[in-house]
Amino acid sequence: MRIPCPLCGLRDRREFYYYGSDDYLHRPGEGAAPEAWDAYLHLRDNPAGVTRDLWYHETGCTSWLVVTRNTVTHEILGAELVAGEGQGKPAPKGRRKAS
Amino acid sequence: MADLIAKSALAGHAPLTLAGVTLSEIALDPITSIAPFSGQDAAVAKALGLVLPAPNRFAEAKGARLVWTGRGQYFLIGSPTPKGLAGIAALTDQSDGWAALRLDGPGTEAALARIVPVDIRLAAFPEGAALRTAFNHMNAVLMRTGAQTVDILVFRSMARTAWHEVEAAMTALAARQRLT
Repeated sequence: MRIPCPLCGLRDRREFYYYGSDDYLHRPGEGAAPEAWDAYLHLRDNPAGVTRDLWYHETGCTSWLVVTRNTVTHEILGAELVAGEGQGKPAPKGRRKAS
Repeated sequence: MADLIAKSALAGHAPLTLAGVTLSEIALDPITSIAPFSGQDAAVAKALGLVLPAPNRFAEAKGARLVWTGRGQYFLIGSPTPKGLAGIAALTDQSDGWAALRLDGPGTEAALARIVPVDIRLAAFPEGAALRTAFNHMNAVLMRTGAQTVDILVFRSMARTAWHEVEAAMTALAARQRLT
């Protein structure tokens, strides 16, 4: 299994650490109802099909990634950086000179 | 203050040649980690007088090497701690934190192929390329400095383990060569 890291390129699964569903990115706001916190912390779907989860590129660029994959076919459909621009994410093409 | 004797991480390991590869310790220091603050990439490049390398690349200029080592992080190697970066980047002196190895010779790729889970052939890992990857169970920075030369940084505490594992790969290659 290989994951296409947006920074490093296609890399072996051994370089990554699995964290869990990307629900962790959707933290309830301050003062949210207890039900929202309960869902955030404990309720997870278990889809047969496309799922999005968090992986850490532990021995690579140390980025957190959202990986889209299919739990039935084991196909990896894509990977994006969790960090936004300005947090070390490369600028769009044309704005940074290649070395 | 007493004048202390600095020892390299692998002091006492003479270069080893087996199966067309020479493994040796090299001096890559000082090392300063530079992490530009949000939106300050251009200002940092200007202050350094160097172009920040794209991911998976390193650049050499004025006797210094600037290496991409992760998201928003670069290692400046072989140059004193740069001035003029206060307030625009986080700097850390890492000179004593790393051990540097060099693999040189026609068997370099065959030896590395037994250790790292990436394609390290010249076409995929050309001169000027830098990789962060797994070196067996260790974290490492690989730099392709020549057609048959790769420089490797590993955590200093793992220097002898890294040496041992490269030596094991070279020994296995040499054994195979004796059979054919």
